[in-house]
Amino acid sequence: MKIDIDRNRCIGAGQCALTAPTVFTQDDDGFSELLPGHEDALDGAAVKESVKVAVRVCPVQAITIE
Amino acid sequence: MADAETVSFPQNRTCPYNPPTGYRSEHRGPQPVSRARLFDGRAVWLVTGHAEARSLLVDQRLSSDRENPAFPFFAERVAASTLRRVELLGVDDPEHNVQRRMLIPSFTVRRTASLRPQIRATVDRLLDAMVKQGPPADLVDSFALPVPSMVICALLGVPYDDHEFFEAQSRKLLRGPAAADVESARDALDEYFRVLIEQKQATPGEGLLDELIAKQLETGAVDQQELVRLAQILLIAGHETTANMISLGTFTLLQHPDQLARMRESDGLMPSAVEELLRFLSIADGISRVAVDDIEVGGVTIRAGDGVLLTTSVINRDETVYPSPDELDLGRNARNHVAFGFGIHQCLGQNLARAELEIALPALFDRLPELRLAVPAEEVPFKPGDTIQGLLEMPVIW
Repeated sequence: MKIDIDRNRCIGAGQCALTAPTVFTQDDDGFSELLPGHEDALDGAAVKESVKVAVRVCPVQAITIE
Repeated sequence: MADAETVSFPQNRTCPYNPPTGYRSEHRGPQPVSRARLFDGRAVWLVTGHAEARSLLVDQRLSSDRENPAFPFFAERVAASTLRRVELLGVDDPEHNVQRRMLIPSFTVRRTASLRPQIRATVDRLLDAMVKQGPPADLVDSFALPVPSMVICALLGVPYDDHEFFEAQSRKLLRGPAAADVESARDALDEYFRVLIEQKQATPGEGLLDELIAKQLETGAVDQQELVRLAQILLIAGHETTANMISLGTFTLLQHPDQLARMRESDGLMPSAVEELLRFLSIADGISRVAVDDIEVGGVTIRAGDGVLLTTSVINRDETVYPSPDELDLGRNARNHVAFGFGIHQCLGQNLARAELEIALPALFDRLPELRLAVPAEEVPFKPGDTIQGLLEMPVIW
């Protein structure tokens, strides 16, 4: 699973960081970013599921997964 | 375009936690986008489908610009206002984006998590006061309103001592009843924030407003009038909405004792319980937009210039997304709701609201386990359909 965040689209709602806190965080400006080591490898089905939820709840649909 | 089947919008709820029955009358069938009529007879589109709402709220062909002459206002007191501009929530990108970016850092998941001890202390202090005073009490006045009011004051750096003034003006701004009330409330709040900003320029404090003065006003990124209006929106949105969620949430839990018992048994349930209450109550029940281009959605064509109203209460009860949508189920996964809106304007303060609700609701029932209504449920007065939904007062005993 490869995760991409369109930071130009991000509005800093923090829904990804709330939903999948082991994968996403918000930088000092509030924009979403991936925690180190999560660009392509994810451990466990529960985490993968939470990333899928994060994709769905992102209000500007800035997250894509492959 | 209006016909006999066209419903009027907005309508009053008949039960404070359920959508107005008229919004999904059975004879209209399951149409995700249908016609409705506003107070002045204007026909608009009424969106009740969840998928359609999500796709429309991220569609840039729908505008939030209150200054667009075709923007649909749902009450005469708002439509009659001479000054229609609303910062942040009533402007489109790129302007909206510039304003939102100034504010995002103060409302992140991490920043709001760091406020939790302070929220907890505020909640405990108010509950101490209720216990000391003894029953009966109006839960709105003694708890539901002061919790978010104190929290947003501390966050912004607005003196809570002024709360009676700004709460009264906020009520007038949101509910009128007359257009003149809306205008005078805005003038009073403008003046209040002009003075406060000048005081803070002379003697800086530590709130978000002080930060915005230093980083945005004094660098020329915003002018004083824009900052005055932004501060107003943050203050009003920060207390009116969560206050309604706390009072109506408590009322709803009391009316669903099985769910209340479930909540009291498990702290771990709170995050999902709050999402379910947000979905179920949908207190900001009517998002307005104007189409700036033609849009095909839900089997209809919305034309440029058409008004579009999205009724969150019905959208959040879409049975294709939420099985048995009219059942309150604190354990269900309701995260996909649109109670905070969706798209670029989704509620800036949603993480703060979640934190306040997750702390306030269980603390209330922990401290006052015998809490109950002091009057029959049908006698609890609630707000009309043309404003943020919630209780006007909530007489309780314990």
